[in-house]
Parts: sequence; C-alpha cells; structure tokens
Amino acid sequence: MITAIIILGRTTATHTHTATLHWRLCLLPTLSARVSDSPLLSSFFFVSLIGFLITRSLARSPSQLANSIQMAMEVTQVLLNAQAVDGTVRKQAEENLKQFQEQNLPSFLFSLAGELSNDDKPVESRKLAGLILKNALDAKEQHRKLELVQRWLSLDPSVKTQIKACLLKTLSSPALDARSTASQVIAKVAGIELPHKQWPELIGSLLSNIHQLPGNTRQATLETLGYICEEVSPDAVEQDHVNKILTAVVQGMNSSESNNDVRLAATRALYNALGFAQANFSNDMERDYIMRVVCEATLSPELRIRQAAFECLVAISSTYYEKLAPYIHDIFNITAKAVKEDDEPVALQAIEFWSSICDEEIDILEEYGGDFTGDSDVPCFYFVKQALPVLVPMLLETLLKQDEDQDQDEGAWNIAMAGGTCLGLVARTVGDDVVPLVMPFIEENITKPDWRQREAATYAFGSILEGPSPDKLIPLVNIALNFMLTALMNDPNNHVKDTTAWTLGRMFEFLHGSALETPIITQANIQQIINVLLQSMKDVPNVAEKACGALYFLAQGYEDAGSSSSPLTPFFQEIVQALLTVTHREDAGESRLRTAAYETLNEVVRCSTDETASMVLQLIPVIMMELHQTLEAQKLSSDEREKQNELQGLLCGCLQVIIQKLGSSEQSRYVFMQYADQMMALFLRVFASRSATAHEEAMLAIGALAYATGADFVKYMPEFYRYLEMGLQNFEDYQVCAITVGVVGDICRALEDKILPYCDGIMTQLLKDLSSNQLHRSVKPPIFSCFGDIALAIGENFEKYLIYAMPMLQSAAELSAHISGADDDMLEYTNSLRNGILEAYSGIFQGFKGSSKTQLLMPFAPHVLQFLDSLYMEKDMDDAVSKTAIGVLGDLADTLGSNAGSLIQQSVSSKDFLSECLSSDDHLIRESAEWAKLAISRAISF
Amino acid sequence: MAPHDLRRPFKRAAISDQQRRRELSLQRQAQHRRDAQHQARCLASFLNPHSEPEPETTSETEPEPSDSPKELDIRHASKLKGAEARKWFARQLMLPEWMIDVPDQLPQDWYVFARPAGKRCFVVSSNGTTMSRLRNGSMLHHFPSALPSGARTKDSSGSAQSYSILDCIFHESDQTYYVIDMVCWREYSLYDCTAEFRFFWLSSKLVETGACDLPSQYHRYRFSLVPVYNCDQAGLSAAYTGAVPYVKDGLFFYNKYDLFFYSVDKTGNTPLALVWKDENCSQYVIDRIAKDRFQANNSRLFIYSLDRVVLELQDNGNLSTSDDPPVVFGCVDRAFIEQTESRSGNLLQFAISDGGLNFVDGSLRRLIYIISEIPI
Repeated sequence: MITAIIILGRTTATHTHTATLHWRLCLLPTLSARVSDSPLLSSFFFVSLIGFLITRSLARSPSQLANSIQMAMEVTQVLLNAQAVDGTVRKQAEENLKQFQEQNLPSFLFSLAGELSNDDKPVESRKLAGLILKNALDAKEQHRKLELVQRWLSLDPSVKTQIKACLLKTLSSPALDARSTASQVIAKVAGIELPHKQWPELIGSLLSNIHQLPGNTRQATLETLGYICEEVSPDAVEQDHVNKILTAVVQGMNSSESNNDVRLAATRALYNALGFAQANFSNDMERDYIMRVVCEATLSPELRIRQAAFECLVAISSTYYEKLAPYIHDIFNITAKAVKEDDEPVALQAIEFWSSICDEEIDILEEYGGDFTGDSDVPCFYFVKQALPVLVPMLLETLLKQDEDQDQDEGAWNIAMAGGTCLGLVARTVGDDVVPLVMPFIEENITKPDWRQREAATYAFGSILEGPSPDKLIPLVNIALNFMLTALMNDPNNHVKDTTAWTLGRMFEFLHGSALETPIITQANIQQIINVLLQSMKDVPNVAEKACGALYFLAQGYEDAGSSSSPLTPFFQEIVQALLTVTHREDAGESRLRTAAYETLNEVVRCSTDETASMVLQLIPVIMMELHQTLEAQKLSSDEREKQNELQGLLCGCLQVIIQKLGSSEQSRYVFMQYADQMMALFLRVFASRSATAHEEAMLAIGALAYATGADFVKYMPEFYRYLEMGLQNFEDYQVCAITVGVVGDICRALEDKILPYCDGIMTQLLKDLSSNQLHRSVKPPIFSCFGDIALAIGENFEKYLIYAMPMLQSAAELSAHISGADDDMLEYTNSLRNGILEAYSGIFQGFKGSSKTQLLMPFAPHVLQFLDSLYMEKDMDDAVSKTAIGVLGDLADTLGSNAGSLIQQSVSSKDFLSECLSSDDHLIRESAEWAKLAISRAISF
Repeated sequence: MAPHDLRRPFKRAAISDQQRRRELSLQRQAQHRRDAQHQARCLASFLNPHSEPEPETTSETEPEPSDSPKELDIRHASKLKGAEARKWFARQLMLPEWMIDVPDQLPQDWYVFARPAGKRCFVVSSNGTTMSRLRNGSMLHHFPSALPSGARTKDSSGSAQSYSILDCIFHESDQTYYVIDMVCWREYSLYDCTAEFRFFWLSSKLVETGACDLPSQYHRYRFSLVPVYNCDQAGLSAAYTGAVPYVKDGLFFYNKYDLFFYSVDKTGNTPLALVWKDENCSQYVIDRIAKDRFQANNSRLFIYSLDRVVLELQDNGNLSTSDDPPVVFGCVDRAFIEQTESRSGNLLQFAISDGGLNFVDGSLRRLIYIISEIPI
C-alpha cells in the first residue's frame, strides 16, 4: 500500500504536472471508501486534511477577528437581509455571511446555533440560520461531503458542545419551523458523530424528552429520532438504544396518544426506524406489538396518520416479507377497505402494499425458479396467490376510476394507474391463475358505451399479457387482435386508443417472436397490422407514441431473422418513411413522440436483414443531414438549445445503430465507409455542445465507427484525441466518462499498435480517473479492463506503464479480495472490480507474450497467483469473475511458461480451482478452464 | 418528513432504448474484448517461440492481412448464401500434400488418422439451420442438426446468431459426417489455433452438443469423430490397420502446430497436412479424374500417384508448380499451345516416366477436371 503511494507521488511529478497533493490524497480514500473500510488509509487522509485546516486557521489576523465578533452581533439582521426582496441587499448579506464563515468558522456556526435556539428572534432568521448550519454539515456531492465531515470533526470540542446544546434546546421551542429545522440539524450532527462514537448522551437526552414534556417537544423529539434513523446506519447505534427508540416511537403511535401531531411524527419516525428493528422483528411478542400499533394507525381519523401508517406497511412488506404470514389476512382486509373507501393518497399506499408484495415474490420466484430447498434464504409464501380471488376484483374496480386527461400528463399518478400497474405485477407473480379472474371483466366491459369501461377492460387485458403462459394467452390474443386493431382506428376516445395501442405493443412484446411456436402475426394479418399502426402514428401525440412502441416490439420479434428473409422486408421502406415523417411532426415534442419514433427506427434497423441493407444505407445521408441542420442552427434560446441537444443525441444514437448494423457485415461495411469521414466530422462538432446526453451518444457512435473502420481510424485520431481526453476527464457526467473508457477499448482493438502515440496521454488520464474520489465508482472497473485492452494492443510497449499500473492493480486486488459482510450491492460492485482487475492482468500477460521482455512480469506473478487463490478461498465471486480468473491463470502460464512452472504448481488455483472450473455448468467457464489446463500443462512440461 | 413518492413507470417499457443502446455497446465491446483475448490465447507462442520474423527484403507494399478481417471473414462467411457462399468456401481449400518423404519429428509433432472415404465438405451451423458445402462451394445438404444454432429448437444454448464451421467428410454408406477439423465453434474462430488445440477443442465440444447422437427430428445426420493418434509406431499401426466404422481412404497427417489454412499458403515447402494412400488403406490409390470445371486457383504440385503431375502454364510457355515461388519444370512451344487451345494459367496434367515428363495417354491435353471430386 505504501509503495503505491510513493510511486504515485512520483508519477505526478514526472508525468502529469498536476497537483501532487490532490492525487496522493485521492487514490486511497477512493479505494478504501469504495472497497472496504481500511482504518489505516482513512486516517492517512484525515490527518492530511486536519493539518491543512490548522494551517488555515493560524492565518487569521486580529482585525479579521474583530470583524467576526461584530458580525456575530449583527447576525439576525444579516440573515433577514439574505431573504430580502431587494437583490442588492440580499447579495450584500450573502457576501457578509460568506466572509464571516471564512474568517471564523467556529464563531460563525455558534452564532447560527444561537440564533436558531433564541425564541426572541424572528422565525425567518432562525429558519435560515438552521438551514445554513445544516448545509455546513452535509452536501450532496460526495467529495464535498467528506470535507464537511472532516471540518466538523476537527472543530474545537467546546464549541461543538455549545452548538449541540442550542440545538437540543430548540426542540422545546413553541415555533414549529425552528423545532423542525433543529431536528434536521441534530440528525446531521448525529450522522457525523455517532459512527465515531461521539455524542453518546444524545439518544438518552432525546428519550428523556418523551415523557414529561408538552406535545410540541414530544413531536419534535420523535421527528428528530426519525431523522436520526434516516441519517445513521443501524450498526452505529447500540441495540439498547435501538430498543428504547422503538419503544418511544411505538408508544407515540399508539391510539392512546391524543395529540395528532405527536402520533404523526411517531408514525413517520417508525418508517425510518424499521431498518433498525431487525432484532425486534425476530421476537414474536415485540413484532406482534409493532404490527398491531401500525395496523391501528391505519384506522386513525387523521388522513396523514393513515397515509404514514400505510407507508410503514409498505416498507415492512419489503424489509420483513418473511415475517408477514400471521398478519397478511388482517392486512388484506385493511388494504381492501382503504382501496375501496379511503382518500386517494391512502388508497394509493394500500395498493402499493400489494405491488410491493408482488415485487418480493417475483424476486424470490425468479431467484429460485420455484424450486425451494433448505438453502433458500427466504421462502415464498404465495401471499398473492392466496389473496387472488379477492385481490383481483379489488384491482379491477380501481381501473374504472381513470382521470380524464391522465395520458397527456407526464406526472399523473392515480388509483386507476396504480391498480393497473399492480394487476400487471400480480399477473407476473401468479401466471395463468390470473386469466380466468380477469377475462369476465374484459368481456363485460370492452364493448360498453362508456369509454371508462372500454378503457378499463383494454387496460386489464394489456396488464395480464406478461406472466401467464403463451398457451393460455395466444388463443385469447388471436381473438382480441382484430378487435384491438379496429378499436385503434375507430374508437372515438383517445384514452381508449392510447391503451389499445399500448396493449398491442404488449402483445407483440411478450407473444411474438421466434421462440414462440404459434405466431400471432402471420402472412394473413401482417399487412393490416402495419397499416393500422402507421395510420395510428398520425393520431394525437400520445396515441402515436404508443403506436410507435407497438411497432418497436413488432420489429423486435423478427430480431432472429438473421440473414434469412424477414416478413418486414416488403414494408421496410414504408415504415421508415412513416417514422421519419413522425419525427418531423410539429407536435413531436409532446408525449415523447419524437424520441419514440427514433427509438422505433433504431429497432427496425437493428432487426433488418441483408435484403434491406441498401435501404438502411440510404438512411445515412438523411440522418446526417438532420444532424447537420441541428449543428447549423443559430441564436437559440436556452430552451430551444436543450431541444436541439436532445435531437442531436437521438440522431447520433440512430447513426450508431446504423453503423453497428452495417459494420457487422463485410459487404455493407465497404459501402457505408464512404460516409465515415463526414460522419466523424459531424460527431466531432456535437462535442461543442454542452449536453452530456449528446456527448454520450456521439461517443458511442464513434466507438462503433472505430470498430467498423479498423486501423484506418488512425486518421481521425489527431482531431478526435482532445475529445477523447475531455470525455475521460468528465467526472460530473460519469456516464460520458464510462462510455469514453469503453471507446478507448474499441480504438485499441481498431488501431492496435498504432494507438501507441496516444497512450501516454490516455494512461495518464486513466490513472488520474482511478485516483479520483469524485468519479463515480462504477467507472473504475472498466478502467482496469481498459488497461488490458491497451496492453493487448501495444504489447511489450506497455512496459513503461507497468510501474504505475501494477501497483494500482495490486492494491485494488488486495482490497477487493476480502469483503466479508458486504451487502449485495457491494458484492456486485466488488465482483465487477475484480473482473476489471483480472481483465487487465489478462491483457497484460497476453500483450507481452512472445516478447523478449516477459521476465518483467515475473515479479508480479506471485501476487497475481495469490490474488487468484484468495478469490477462490473467499467463495463469493460470480461466474463472470470465475471465468476471467481461470483465464488469467492460463495467460500467466502461457506467457511466463516454465519460469513460472513451480509457482503455478504451488498455487491452489492450479489444482482445486481449476478442477472446479473444468466441471462447471457454465460453458464459458469450462472453455476458459480448458484453455488454462492446456497452457499449464505446457508450462509445467517444458 | 413528507410522504414518499410511490409512482411507478406507467405504460413504459422496462428499459429505454437509450439504455438499450448503451447495453448493446457494452455487449459489443465485451464480445470484441473476448475475441481479442481469445485470439491472443490461440496465437501459439509455443509453436516457435524463438523464431525470428521472416526477413523482409522488399518494402511492405502489401502488408499481410491482419487477423481481424480474417475473423470477420469467417463470421461473414457463415451468413453467406448462393454464389457468394460458393465463392468463399471454394477459396478455403485446405488440400493436403502427398506424403513423399517422412517429416522430421514425425512421432513428436504429428497426428495421424484414417481418412473416411467420401465427400470433403464444410458444415456450417447458424441461425437455426445447418448447411454442408463441398470444396468447390456448392451445397451438399441443408438440414437441421444438434450443432450449436443448427436447428430451430427453443432450447438451443447460446444465441441464435452464433455459428460454427466444421471440416467434415460425408460418408455415404452410413450417412454420417465424420468431423476431421474445426474452423470455428460458437463464433470462436479457431483460425489461428494449432491443430493440437483444435483437436482438443473438437473432442471436448462436439459430444456435448448431442451432434454425435443418432438422427432425430431436429438432427438429420449423425456426426462422428475420427480416432486421432500420435504418429508413434502404435498410433500409425492403429490408424493403418485398426478397424473403423467407415470405409478408409488413406491416412491423413496433421502437424500439431499447424495453424488452420495459413501454413499451406505461406510456407510452401513445409506442408503441414499430408496424405498417404496405398492399397491397404484406400480403394482409390489411382487418381480418378472427374468431369467438371476446375476452380481452385492455388493448386500446387500434385503427385496423385507416382506417375502424374499437374503444372501451370505460364505466359512464356513455362510449366511451373503452383508453389510460391513457382518451380519451373520445363516448357512447351507455341505450336503446342495453339494446337491444344491452352491459355496462360491453365493447369496441365502430365505423366512422369523414368525419362522425365511425357504426355498422358500419349498426348498432352488441357486439364479441365475438378479436384474436389478426387478423393484425398
């Protein structure tokens, strides 16, 4: 680890000319924070920062101090001015606050706390004081957040004690806003201090508030407990405190609590505290008690309490699914009553409870495939299946409660939408069983004069198309298809047409494709289907958008046509023309119609065959012209520019799909390469815009182009390189960065050793990216893989990067080898990191193969083998990692040969791991293992 | 604490097309990384680790085709149809040389197997169907098989796009394809792999697909492996005299370190695939000449039996082998060329007698016969 630091320090000095401090500081917290909590690394970082802060505070002069003191006295006025209507006054006040903060932070924070706690002050200045205080403790941006945490921890303890006393005192204030703000600030302080075992008396003093004091203090205290539970991770609070918090919260929720504000605060606090209640939910008595209180709260006369109580039930359904069996019957009755009778916000939560149960059961059934053994973590209780006969009628009822204009309103969410969504989830959970329960409703309503009934029936049908077996559905779809096509053309109601087009899309999505034995789309009806969809694309935007969606899935079903003839071929020209026409509609900006049209065009291109390659080719100049026009547009308002950027993204996306399609066939590739120069020029111009999405799409398109162009791509490199570097530096829009990293890989494979002149720059940037703790962690594994791509492309020329790359790989490997106790997300991330590291090793070994410099890799071999061994011992790698890992073993043996023979023979990997992989069910793992076996046998026998 | 937002996506596909584009790109990149990795692994460093690259005396006017177009070529070829396909496959002839002396290191570096009698062909499985093509590129059979993506069955493992290409001999009497080599397996090109690796792969892969099972509805012809031996005495004897379920047609020798196709063209004087025939192991000791157009453009000196040779007529009347560089054996005069209506590039067959070259059947004649019908 220390080696890594030193080498990296040197790297910055000799290689990149950028701030060394930043780099040295950054690598370690990044890796430690992401991969595991290494106290050594963290403290290294902290000490540096503290030193930095101390130096800063010594620099203060006496006059500045005087200034600060005066400022403290005037703080109320400044805070009020900062909210003034007059811009000049406001600006001045903000400037004053900033100065004050910079000159004397402790005094500044203390003044704010004093202001917040002072009941004689105006509520506006108190609120703002609390808000600034809160922002001084936390920030959205990870890097900034860490800085603020360190800053608070390094403050003078006596100042902190005073501030905290002010905050706690404020909880008893008569002013609701002051109390509420204080609650949030306390939680932020707790979020910093509790994990460091500081402020141990906090929970005790809060709990002492609960009993004797007036309602407003109890309310504020419960709210504070709720915020604390939201802020702090459960393991930072000892079980004794957890028990006491839960007791206080559940008591506050009890029906005996006459103060509604207190009961509401308690109910909302429970929502956050549920994650702490693991032990309590395992205890039957405690769980019974909590569940009883929650269920009672759903019957409160106060709407907000009922809503909050149902929210608790929803949270319990996902957190404690396996504990629900004894209560599910009662919960069903409660939810059914709420769905039927209660106000919409409550009814929506009640439906959400069942959606959430469906989510759980779908997950469980997917994971185990209905095949339960003693090993299964969580068994499926089939709650949905049991409730089915009553649940389905309840949901069908909600479908009739549509809002008039819900299809035009992007943010709409009502009981009909929630009920329909839940019905869809129910169908996925139980499959065939849902069909007979829904069909009578459809038959009853689909031809009724009231549009609500027709729409509800159609929606019900669309909802159950995913889940039940094709055998069950196809006969129904064959009957319904014609009816739907007619409705889409002739129904007088837009809402019905919207849902009809969506339902057609669902039919094609789930019941059309080469995997199905009986096709629903045949030679006999395809013409009519396409006619109706193309016609419907001229309808109002929301209907046209759904028609595009239906066409998307219609095309997708022919994905496997391959080089043989596609039934879409005769209609190809007409479809493309119709979609292009849609993109030019005046109102294509509504209901994401333009986006849908381009997406469908993409899918039609993806699923096209060689027969229509010439027509796809003709699309290129058309799309290029459109892109050209967006780049020429002048003097746009910011709104217009945003739309242009969006359009550029769509057009680049479309070109990317075309490049990928035509580039994959030798015949079409040569013809379409005539456009390569022009396309590249356009893509480079897109980088002038500021839109991350447009950049991302252009970058993806360039990656595809690089692959199709091969070594000739080198002619674009002088111009393209700066944008490549720009992309690698884009920490903020990390998606752009990630995609650029992938494109570096494409270019490596296209240019091979011709990429060498650019490698210094690229490697520098990649190393910086790895060291940054501002860059989203998901980008780091692909960066390691990219090392492998580069090494494979430039072979032994990678030599000069070994001293930088290898220590990075080694420390990342060490950190990723052991991650006991990590949650699923962490494990998934760690596995992707391992995979990246292994791909890097693989590329490096293979890159050096056959060169005279293979001995340079010998010193790293023991570590690599050790890494493989420890991965094998940990037993928590996924299949992808197993495959890459066993491949690395082969690569090492292949490149180092007999030199590494004895090392390899000593490793566990070459024996147990290898033989396990050789008998794996996964054919990719077996393939890699067979390769490794061959390579090892050579290394050992020579 | 405000209530939590519980809106779910409504009438929306599970993932946006943008997300799909991203994922497809990632898949493409991962696939290409795998291809590159795979290729690197197969380039056999152990074949000749210390050999220097061939000295380049001339400037690089025409660089060697890089491997990736080759790679693409195979992928492409698997999808070709009609005339295109015939052309491509006809170019891929890998014709063995006759074994006229014993190679050094025979026991260490060579494999041997008894060649089944029948039509040599490529079998391509992709997109739910299987096709076999003779070496002139024309189609032999079009059928469903248990090879990867070789039939339209629901549970075929791997994507429908994946393809495989096998080098086979179709043995009429038991209607079986005997697989003698593997060009490509589940999109993994074995172009650059040694014969050792290819045989190893072949034997470990073919059986598990069920292609060696008896024919069924989705599997019209049985595939079978031929027993391959090391060229030691026991191996040679087993191949030469051992019982096999097929009619033998000579012995086939593969250099273990031969890279598919390549070695034949590049290093003319070290043929890495050889054939031996005598009365004991083949019914076709004597060349049988079929009547069809001759298409191969890279024939070399073929000594079909001890007394025949095929030579190429040059512009200046020289007769040369098709080796690279060509070896001139002699020349014919203008009168002969006019009389026989021969043109430059024609292949002419001669008989060899003790005294040197003579005309076949007493007269020199233009050869218009197809080699693919000559069982080798």
